[in-house]
Amino acid sequence: MAKNTEKKTVSMKRRQRVGNFFSYLLLIVLSIIWLFPFFGIVMQSFRSYQTEFGGMVNYVIPKQFSLDNYKFLFSGETNFLKWYMNTLIIAAAVAVLQTIIIICTSYALSRMRFKGRNFLMRFWLILGMFPGFLTMICLYFLLKTIGLTQQGAIPGLILVSVASSGMGYYVCKGYMDTVPKALDEAARIDGASRARILFTMMLPMAKPIIIYTALVSFMAPWCDYIFASYIAFGHDSSYNVAVALYRWMKVNDYQGFFTRFCAGGVLVAIPVTALFMSLQKYYVEGVTGGAVKG
Amino acid sequence: MASGESGKKKKGTIKNIISVIGNEFRDIGTTLVRGDWKTKLSYLILGFGQIMRGKFLKGIAFLAVEAAFIVYMIKVGAAYLAKFGTLGTVETVKQGRKTVYGDNSFLILLFGLLTIVFIAFFILVWRMNIKDNAKDEAVLKAGKKLPTNGEDFKSLFDHNFDKTLLALPVLGIFVFTVLPILFMICVAFTNYDKNHQSPTNLFTWVGFENFKNLLSLGGSGFGTTFFSVLLWTLVWALFATFTTYFLGMAVAMLINKKGIRLKKLWRTILVLTIAVPQFVSLLYVSKLFANDGLINALLLRWGWIDKAIPFWTNPGLARVTIVVINIWIGIPYMMLIATGLLMNIPADLYESARIDGANGWQMFSHITLPYMLFVTGPYLLTQFTGNLNNFNVIYLLSGGGPQSMELAGNAGRTDLLITWLYKLTVNDTNYRMAAVIGIMVFIVTAIISLVVYNILPSVKDEEGFQ
Repeated sequence: MAKNTEKKTVSMKRRQRVGNFFSYLLLIVLSIIWLFPFFGIVMQSFRSYQTEFGGMVNYVIPKQFSLDNYKFLFSGETNFLKWYMNTLIIAAAVAVLQTIIIICTSYALSRMRFKGRNFLMRFWLILGMFPGFLTMICLYFLLKTIGLTQQGAIPGLILVSVASSGMGYYVCKGYMDTVPKALDEAARIDGASRARILFTMMLPMAKPIIIYTALVSFMAPWCDYIFASYIAFGHDSSYNVAVALYRWMKVNDYQGFFTRFCAGGVLVAIPVTALFMSLQKYYVEGVTGGAVKG
Repeated sequence: MASGESGKKKKGTIKNIISVIGNEFRDIGTTLVRGDWKTKLSYLILGFGQIMRGKFLKGIAFLAVEAAFIVYMIKVGAAYLAKFGTLGTVETVKQGRKTVYGDNSFLILLFGLLTIVFIAFFILVWRMNIKDNAKDEAVLKAGKKLPTNGEDFKSLFDHNFDKTLLALPVLGIFVFTVLPILFMICVAFTNYDKNHQSPTNLFTWVGFENFKNLLSLGGSGFGTTFFSVLLWTLVWALFATFTTYFLGMAVAMLINKKGIRLKKLWRTILVLTIAVPQFVSLLYVSKLFANDGLINALLLRWGWIDKAIPFWTNPGLARVTIVVINIWIGIPYMMLIATGLLMNIPADLYESARIDGANGWQMFSHITLPYMLFVTGPYLLTQFTGNLNNFNVIYLLSGGGPQSMELAGNAGRTDLLITWLYKLTVNDTNYRMAAVIGIMVFIVTAIISLVVYNILPSVKDEEGFQ
């Protein structure tokens, strides 16, 4: 009997080992697929502009490594540094303001029961079903009347991204709902006001979700092409990196700008990726919670 | 406004609403008859009663709203409202070198709407004012004291904290979402396009003409294009949602498997596609698959193919390529979500299944899948509606192309409704049709959400999976 089980475990172990071998093989293949584009973009950003070609070629690893493309970005021939700063300013401002707005909305909807609460939530849900770009022209003219297009595109973009952010309360509210209400009640009995409960109790407890909210709001502006290009229209120094680099690829002769785009892309991706990776734990918590509660 | 109505309709029947409105009117009437002179005067001068009863803070706030409303109506509102029916009649004319501007239809429509909303808002405030007066009177009659100004102010941080918190978000959403949406709904009923651009040209109401155009299948109509784009949008959303859902779950199970080491490393590698801004990764990948891109160039160099594979120029292939690249983008999200959820499934469920002689596939289809579908139902729905409007992936990869002469309004073979809407707005300045398509997107999203939401097991039966 003992021998029999031993035999069984040995054969199971072997089967498991074979299974694991294929699993590892699959994981390695997946990793190569996932990493290849990033590997390619980094390699091509180092391709020499002088001795080789700035466009499409049929090899990945450059024949001569050089910093030509990076030098070009910092040379002042284009507004790259300005674009970068623009994006950084927008992202930082949006991250702070949007997080504040979402916390306010979530706390009110999670903890307070007031007249029109259900109506508000339903109304916002329905509003969310309208496609965002539908309102683009109207927003453009609204911003134009207060001077926040072209030269003023950066505060304009911040305003638009922050103004409607209250509708994105779902994940944060869902998290706050899980904080026991008994804690609130105990604090209320001790004479704490609603505002005090928010600041001294809810904020520390909701820290993971606040970090998640700030992270997501910080990352979104780096990709904002559509609206940014529309309201900065034709005003080069108001572009953000997405608009500027997209133009290099699609509007300009991309054969000359391809490796420069790669270099710019690498510079954009590094800080965002580093930030994301360091806060990954909070991100996972946010998306998982959000997915389950819907 | 349409959305507001449909929101209310959900709450009850039309009959219900009528009885509520009836009660409101009766209440306004009885308060007027029975109220004292302070209350009665408050019908005309908002906040009068409150000020006379010592509640200066509230009273002045009401009075300020009334003053602002009157000033706005006289200075701006009335003039625009009067022209709202025609959207302007005075044409812009050129007198020699000078251009004399006439009516600006755009501003008339925008401010006309704003004025209507302000009127509604004012009526609401007026009603609140009456209610507040009646309440104060009753409190005083009962011999109790009214809250002082200080208490009123403090309550904004306590039991009225919701008003303080929500004031800014609600205002922001109103100005930058509700008002523009109302505006665009109106635009769908006008002839606002490149031949009717304000301020040089007027535009006006045309009724349902644009909707007829959208659904007309004949020569110059948008009908054929609309249905072909709509079909692709639905097919795309279906594929994009379910391929990433199942493959993401599979990858999560692969990494979760017992005996696999370096779990964190594998996850981190996959998560890179979330971390790197999409416009960098997707633009690069789109060039990777271009006719002169790296993939074709390498395959040509190795002699595997003689001619570049037309990833982006062949309509069918472009669609397949987009779905495949979307898997690359979408798997990591689902993997992250599934990883946590899979660990929540009690291990003894699998244990007892194994004792009963179930194989891997049976365990997956009888335990894992039902659990995952149950828990992630709402996520699947939001993913699906999100994919219906997945602008970034389509626009950055193929730009909606390849273009086709058979399609109207510059639509391409991989265009979704949303990217088509964008093209109509930016390239063609065909605002009237863009607005109609926007409304269609809303209708499609709303119908799908409503139907799916009502059949979701986790909504029907919250305790179902125990």
